[in-house]
Amino acid sequence: MPLLRLTGVTRVVELPDDAPLHILRGLDIEVSVGDHVSIVGRSGSGKSTLLNILGLLDAPTSGTVEFDGRLASSLSARERDIARGREIGFIFQQFNLLGGRTALENVMAPLMYASGSQFWRRREIALDMLDRVGLADRAGTMPELLSGGEQQRVSIARALVRGPRLILADEPTGALDIETGGAVMALLDSVAETTGAALITITHDANVAALARRHFRLDRGVLTPIDVQRVIALASEGVTL
Amino acid sequence: MKAWTSIIAAVIEAWQELRIHRTRVLLSLIGVAVAVCSITAVVALSGIAEEANIEQIEANQGQPANVSISVSSTGTIQPTYSELEPAFQMITKRYGIRYASAHGQGQIDAQFVDGAQGLQVTLADPAYAIMHVVSLSHGRWLDEADANRLAPAVVINETVYEELGSPTLASHPVIHLLGSPHTVAVVVGVVRGAAEPGYLAVYMTPGAYERVADPSLQNDSPPVEELWVPPKIAKALTPLVKQDLNQYLDGRYEVDVNRQDYLSQQQGDPLLLVKLVVGGIAVLILLLGALGLFNISMVTVRYRVREIGIRRSFGATATRVFFSVMMESVVATVAAGAIGVIAAILLIENPISQGYIARGITIVPPFPFSAAVIGIVSSTVVGALAGLLPALVAVRVKVIDAIRF
Repeated sequence: MPLLRLTGVTRVVELPDDAPLHILRGLDIEVSVGDHVSIVGRSGSGKSTLLNILGLLDAPTSGTVEFDGRLASSLSARERDIARGREIGFIFQQFNLLGGRTALENVMAPLMYASGSQFWRRREIALDMLDRVGLADRAGTMPELLSGGEQQRVSIARALVRGPRLILADEPTGALDIETGGAVMALLDSVAETTGAALITITHDANVAALARRHFRLDRGVLTPIDVQRVIALASEGVTL
Repeated sequence: MKAWTSIIAAVIEAWQELRIHRTRVLLSLIGVAVAVCSITAVVALSGIAEEANIEQIEANQGQPANVSISVSSTGTIQPTYSELEPAFQMITKRYGIRYASAHGQGQIDAQFVDGAQGLQVTLADPAYAIMHVVSLSHGRWLDEADANRLAPAVVINETVYEELGSPTLASHPVIHLLGSPHTVAVVVGVVRGAAEPGYLAVYMTPGAYERVADPSLQNDSPPVEELWVPPKIAKALTPLVKQDLNQYLDGRYEVDVNRQDYLSQQQGDPLLLVKLVVGGIAVLILLLGALGLFNISMVTVRYRVREIGIRRSFGATATRVFFSVMMESVVATVAAGAIGVIAAILLIENPISQGYIARGITIVPPFPFSAAVIGIVSSTVVGALAGLLPALVAVRVKVIDAIRF
C-alpha cells in the first residue's frame, strides 16, 4: 500500500476580477515508504501548491489525497495536524529556523508536540539527531552564527527528529552554493535511506533532481513522469529547469 | 498523560518565548506590574481603612451585638447605679449573658505636678475592655477584685500617663482625685494610643465613681448597661429584657433597650461607597495596564506569524497554538502580578507608610490576604484577556502564507 496517493488532484483559486486560476490540473502520483521522488518545474508551475497538498497543509479543490490509507478529507483539522507532526518532515528553502533559539532548541522544537518518551527524552533525541547531521558540536549555537549549509543541516535534523515516514523538501539547496548544496543533498538522501522515509524533493535544479530514483515534471499544473536519463543529461549540462 | 505533556510543553514554550523576548516582555509588563501594584495597594489600604474604621466604631459603640439598657426618670427622682445594679445582674443571670458592662461618662478633677486638671471619666466594668476592644500598652484592665479596693483602681490614657511622668506600673503610681472627698486612685493600666495634648481620660467602675466624684458633677442619669450578645438573638432578646426590667423595677422608671452597635444602625455596608470608588479607580488602572499589554501582544503576534506557521508545520494544532499564545500572556502577567503584589506589600508594610497608617489606630491591621489574591487573580485575568485576541489571530494564521512570510 502506498504511503501517499494523489488521484485526480486539482487546485483552483478563484480570483475576484478574473477567470479562476487553475494551479494543478488532475494530478496522479503514488509515493511509497523508502521512495525518493523529485518533482521539477519552473517558477509558477504549482510546485509549492503541490507541496502544501502533499504535506496536508492545503486541500485540493477536487480529487483525493490518501495518506497511509486514509482519505485526508476524512480527517479533522486536528487529526491532520497531528498526522503532519508525526509522519511528515518539512525542509524549506530558507531553512525557517526559529530565531533566538539554539540549533539544539530548534531540533527539539518538533518534539514539544510529541508525547510520551519522545517528549520527555527530547534533548537526548535532538542531540543524537544533530550528531547524525554532523553538528553535535554546534548544538548551542544560534542559527545566525551558522553557515547556510549548517543551517540547512539543522533544518534536516529538525525535519527528521520525530522519525517521519515522509520528508518534503522544498528547494532544499535553493539558498546554498553548488558544493554545499551537493553535500546537503547527499546527507538528506543518506539519512532518508537510513530511516526508510519517503523523500519528495521539489526543485528546479536538475542536479538535485537527478539524485532521486523517480522523477516528475510539473508544467502548467500538469504532472508528468520524465525519464531519468533526460534529467541526468540536463544535470550534466548544468540546466536549471 | 497526553494532556499533561501538552500543558507542560505549552508552559515550556511560553517560558522560552518570554526568555527570548525578555526586553519586549519586560517593557510590556512594567505597566501590568504597576497596575497590579496599584490595585493591590488600593485594595489593601481600603481593607486596612475598613478594619481601622471598624476598630474605631467598636471602640466607641462596642462589638456587635451591643444591647444597651438605659433607665431614666419618669418624674423627678433619678435612679442611681447602685439601685439599678441588682436589676442588671438579674438580667445577665437570667439570660446567661457573659459580657455586660456599665458605660457612661463623667468628670473629675485631678492634681498633677503642674496643677489641677479635669479628667474625662469613662465608667466601665471589667467586661468593657473586651466589648469595646480596648488595648493596653501597660498594666492590666479593671477586674472584679478592684471593687474591694479602698483606693479606687483606674486605667488611664497615654496623655495622663505622660502627665504622671510615665512611671512603671510596678511602682503603683497614683492620681490625686479632687473629688468629694479627695481621694487617691491607683493606676493599674494604660490604654494604648497616641497621647493627645489636653485629652486626659481615665476609666473606672461606676461604683467607684459614685463614691469619689463630687455629687454636683455627677450626671443626672446613671450610666447605661451594655450587654454583648450574639447578633442573631439580639432582636428577640431586646423586648424580653425590657419587659423583665419593667417588671423588676415595678414601673418606677422609664426603661429603654436598644441595639447600639454599627451593624444595627447601618443599612448594608457602611463603606460600600468608598469601596466602589476605590474599586472603580483600581479597575481603571488595571484596564490601562491591560490595554498596553494588549497592544504589544497584538504587534508581537503579527511579528510571529512566520514562527507560528513553522510550528504548525511541525504538527502544532490550532488549540495548541491558541493555548501557547495565551500561556505566554498569562505566564508573563502572573509573574508581573507577583512582582506587583510584592511591591504593594513593601509599599504598605514599610515603617514609613505604617507610621502614616497607624495615626489614630491602636493596632494596624495586617496586609489583607484578599488584596494579594485580588492582585494575582486580576493579573491572571488581564493576561488571559490581553492574550485572547492575539491567540485568535495566531490560530487564524494560514500556514502556507505564514511560512513564506
